[in-house]
Amino acid sequence: MSTESAEKMTNGSSHRASVFLHNHVRVRLALLLSAPLFWLVLVYIAALVALLVTAFWTVDSFTGIVRTDWTLDNVITVLTGSLYQAVTLRTVGIALLVTVVDIVIALPIAFFMAKVASARLQRVLVIAVLMPLWASYLVKAYAWRSVLSHDGIFQWIVQPFGGNTPGYGLPGAIIALSYLWLPYVILPIYAGLERVPNSLLEASGDLGASTWRTLRLIVLPLLWPAIIAGSIFSFSLTLGDYITINIVGGANQMLGNLVFTNVGAANNLPLASAIALIPILIIFVYLTVVRRTGALNSL
Amino acid sequence: MNPDISNSTASPAIRLSGVTKTFGAINAVDNLDLDIAQGEFFSMLGPSGSGKTTVLRLIAGFEQPTSGTIELMGRDVTRNAPFDRDVNTVFQDYALFPHMSVLENVAYGLRVRGVKKTERLARANEALEGVRLGSFGKRKPSELSGGQRQRVALARATVVKPTVLLLDEPLGALDLKLREQMQVELKELQRSLGITFIFVTHDQEEALTLSDRIAVFNDGKIIQLGTPSEIYQRPTSSFVAAFVGTSNIFDDAHSRSILGTGGTNSVRPERITLREIPTAGHTGSSAAGNSAVGTIAEVIYVGTATRIIVDLDAGPRITVLEQNSASENSETAKDRRGERVHAEWPTAAIVPLEVAASQ
Repeated sequence: MSTESAEKMTNGSSHRASVFLHNHVRVRLALLLSAPLFWLVLVYIAALVALLVTAFWTVDSFTGIVRTDWTLDNVITVLTGSLYQAVTLRTVGIALLVTVVDIVIALPIAFFMAKVASARLQRVLVIAVLMPLWASYLVKAYAWRSVLSHDGIFQWIVQPFGGNTPGYGLPGAIIALSYLWLPYVILPIYAGLERVPNSLLEASGDLGASTWRTLRLIVLPLLWPAIIAGSIFSFSLTLGDYITINIVGGANQMLGNLVFTNVGAANNLPLASAIALIPILIIFVYLTVVRRTGALNSL
Repeated sequence: MNPDISNSTASPAIRLSGVTKTFGAINAVDNLDLDIAQGEFFSMLGPSGSGKTTVLRLIAGFEQPTSGTIELMGRDVTRNAPFDRDVNTVFQDYALFPHMSVLENVAYGLRVRGVKKTERLARANEALEGVRLGSFGKRKPSELSGGQRQRVALARATVVKPTVLLLDEPLGALDLKLREQMQVELKELQRSLGITFIFVTHDQEEALTLSDRIAVFNDGKIIQLGTPSEIYQRPTSSFVAAFVGTSNIFDDAHSRSILGTGGTNSVRPERITLREIPTAGHTGSSAAGNSAVGTIAEVIYVGTATRIIVDLDAGPRITVLEQNSASENSETAKDRRGERVHAEWPTAAIVPLEVAASQ
């Protein structure tokens, strides 16, 4: 008691502030949230709204300056133009394939990390999975360009078995993108597996289930939210990518490339914005579908 | 039908021969030989880290022994996977599948054995009714209380009719009242199923209450094996005497001076009676070896009994347990501190112990 009252004497004003905040929950909440809310509203939502609004403006074809004349032309062009439809389908196809490839590779790796490896090896593997994220995205993409080239490592490895490098094209792009986003898929699945108690796996085996049935009936259903979380990363990151496809994808274009050329070479920001709406829409649909499955409830 | 049948009924449910399990440099189980009979309620009792749970996990197949063999009904199952043994486990944390309903949980073992859906659901329902949870089938495990989850785990493990049921401290997470109730239910379940129960616990009272036989574990070894009354009345080591119930343990010197016999000896607190020494005269001294004089240091009221700590004049401090009779006024008990008393015990109450180190 005596020390408390001594503090009251020395820190009178800060003590009063503490008491005030303690008694006024709403003020406390407002102070706590104001900085992140400011950031979220200004930097994130405002930029997104600006993008959406720009899609409904036009460009003066003579001066190249954006004019605030309202029109649906850009959106209609993007929705009906055969080029845009083809590129959209290709982009979604690549994103789905990359996601599937990543999940298939990530599941056994994450399982080994979470359930088989010793505590020491587990730490080493987590670092190994994170390590590629320390290297520049560009360096990694160019590394794949060198690996996939006709005199690259890939060719050197598969040639004795009668194989050939896929070279630069869609397969190369899918390989490189799968590599780039793999850590983002492994980590949530690993975290999800960590939360599955070993006793559940033991109980399943104890009750007569083979390892395979335990994986299918116990592990996969419990892991479903983690897999969805990982897939959101690989899917959305692929939808927005345009550099990797340039480096290892040959002449193929993705939605990102169309945005890039319309902002740069064509100087048509409204059209670029309209194109950028497509991946936003797709992700929105994807999240809605995922939400229906109930996978987001336990995230 | 089969000549093997007569053999297998005679063979023990579980036979461990020379089983050793090491984790790194630690011997969790040290060259263990153990037979557990069919239909027996067998408890493995010991402090944490004594190896009792490891033995259970070896029998279940979650761990492989470093050396030695494990036989189930006369068949060597040492290298069999858990799903390839006719043994089921009730886990300490129950290990109910959170994404399945209670009914699906109970039906799981039948499902992976390929039992048809209608039949397995019927049998699972029956098993749930057997543990008085018939109306809870549609709930998720997270919507049940601890005691209910415990019973679901029991139903799930017994619905597949194993030869041996392993229980890993299944009552540890329950409160006292529920635990006592579950003890009765477990005993009844074991009788009605007629299968072998192997029960791991660190609670000596639970082991004494439930078991046909108890193995007391310490440092990966069985220190003593016997019926509950043998373990309690005739402990063979100071470890067992101290771990199972409370004991007054007298070392060699004190045994000679107070009990009139050599070696380490133990006397249970409830076998000692206290007799007041009248302040006036010194009357009725008891035979040497069966009594000692001391001063009451502390009186602890524990409901059905009173625990009295007495400092003997000869040196050691002993604990005495006096049953509280209804007529006695417990309020006066507090006033007895500092009182001079005769502590008396029958010769039969003196239990010679082997020195723990010789085990």
